[in-house]
Amino acid sequence: MLADITFGQFFPGNSVIHRLDPRIKLILTFAYILLIFLPDNWVGLAAAVVFLGISVMLSRIPLKPVLKGLKPVIPLLIFTSLINMFYVDGTPLFSFWIVTVTREGVFTALFISVRILSLIAAGSLLTYTTSPTTLTDALERVLSPLKLLHISVHEIAMMMTIALRFIPTLIEETDKIMAAQKARGADLESGNVLQRVRALIPILVPLFISSFRRAYELATAMECRCYHGGDGRTRMKQLHLCGRDYVALGCMAAFVALLIVSNIYVPAMI
Amino acid sequence: MNIIRAEQIRFQYDGEEHPESAVVLDGIDLTVPKGQFVALLGHNGCGKSTLAKHFNALLLPLGGRVYIKDIPTDDEDKRYDVRSTVGMVLQNPDNQLVSTIVEEDVAFGPENLGVAPDEIRKRVDDALRAVGMYEYRDHAAHKLSGGQKQRVAIAGVLAMQPECIVLDEPTAMLDPRGRREVMETICRLNREQGITIVLITHYMEEAVLADRVVVMDDGKIVLDGTPRTVFSQVDTLRQNELDVPQPTELCHLLRRAGVAVPEDVLTVDECVDVLSALLL
Ligand SMILES: Nc1ncnc2c1ncn2[C@@H]1O[C@H](COP(=O)(O)OP(=O)(O)OP(=O)(O)O)[C@@H](O)[C@H]1O
Ligand SMILES: [Mg+2]
Repeated sequence: MLADITFGQFFPGNSVIHRLDPRIKLILTFAYILLIFLPDNWVGLAAAVVFLGISVMLSRIPLKPVLKGLKPVIPLLIFTSLINMFYVDGTPLFSFWIVTVTREGVFTALFISVRILSLIAAGSLLTYTTSPTTLTDALERVLSPLKLLHISVHEIAMMMTIALRFIPTLIEETDKIMAAQKARGADLESGNVLQRVRALIPILVPLFISSFRRAYELATAMECRCYHGGDGRTRMKQLHLCGRDYVALGCMAAFVALLIVSNIYVPAMI
Repeated sequence: MNIIRAEQIRFQYDGEEHPESAVVLDGIDLTVPKGQFVALLGHNGCGKSTLAKHFNALLLPLGGRVYIKDIPTDDEDKRYDVRSTVGMVLQNPDNQLVSTIVEEDVAFGPENLGVAPDEIRKRVDDALRAVGMYEYRDHAAHKLSGGQKQRVAIAGVLAMQPECIVLDEPTAMLDPRGRREVMETICRLNREQGITIVLITHYMEEAVLADRVVVMDDGKIVLDGTPRTVFSQVDTLRQNELDVPQPTELCHLLRRAGVAVPEDVLTVDECVDVLSALLL
């Protein structure tokens, strides 16, 4: 039952987006997520949506999982939209009972919804088209300047790599322990919340103990293989920027320019 | 030339200032020449794993010294030379793979050694071919079978180009098929690449494949010789709570019952020959 949990889901493929340098992808996604809050007019917002739409199309990942990934945020969207509609002052559109809906309120709600959706879609596009190990690798390289501030970038990336490696193993183990406890008559599925939480204890305790044992053994195995932190370490897979990476950067620059120009010349809506 | 030379090593986990704690290694002398395949036997808790950890400087002896190709293991500056000369494979295949993807895991060792990227690529491919896992290089490690995982672990050690591999019960968690895969890989590496093997095991049919069998009991070496000489001493092995290979045991029982069969029968084929010679 736990086996169908997928983490940082990745759809292997060979599209342009898949083949982009992971560092570029990471930086562009991050930039996009920040930039999506810039436009205050419909031209800029439309440009942002079109830019993302083209990227999704280029990646050739099935549309269904992308839309499915957006589903959990719908309650949040409705909530923020309602709040905005009722609380933003401006030209009233209509009012009933004690609430007044303003023109500005509707626009704000609309802008915020589009921003949140694009933000999540952009983040998912990154994880859908980049394998988790490549992603941690890229993260390590992109953040490496932070080493100057004595932040252990390599250690953080190594922790993420190991976590990703052990998630399936621990899920499998949890399944086994649950089966073992059920075979001894543990009741995991009935009772009130308190009883159910209590029923989890005999599952969590063995899981913790075995995780510590695993960690100890893994540390030994890593030591056997000469691991001694990030200093003097080389990487088998080298990353090289090539034509398409520069094209992607160029597109991003054009997009930023468009956002700035539209913010100046097109009247603001919010 | 000797790969491993242990001289009078003594060890206890709490250090020597605790006389009440148990002595785990009590004066072990052992030399392993290059290219030899040694099987290390002994009952649970007799100190086999502890001894193995002395061979790549995971543990340092409290008394005596261990030399790996004449480098003493307590030389801090040469620690990574020692560890890349003597690679180690552990029991649980799940707990020694670091990366999600097979080839990235195999690359982990040479990456730590600071090998150049092209050279790592070559070593990884060679190592994966040597253990017969090349086709699986871009698979997810956790989806492989136990035997396959253990072969990837061996490849991970091979990529560091060791001269000796110490394997601590590598087949203990595997099914018969996985066990056969791993044993075939070990024997092939020993035969074809001349890699020195130290195999710790509880399976006597694996020990029979070795050139030399060393039996430990409570921190001491009690028997040391070819499989044939060691396994013919059935009573000594029994005293040390060890099994003997089944054909050897059968012949031992027959001898005791007064049938004239030799004492040093090791394999099923030999046993069949001996018995059919008797019956015909
Ligand atoms: N980390 C440790 N701390 C303290 N004592 C230990 C530690 N590891 C092992 N021991 C003790 O040292 C002794 C030898 O253990 P060791 O693991 O070397 O035995 P072994 O021969 O490998 O046994 P097995 O066949 O079960 O693997 C045992 O009595 C054990 O309890
Ligand atoms: Mg052991």
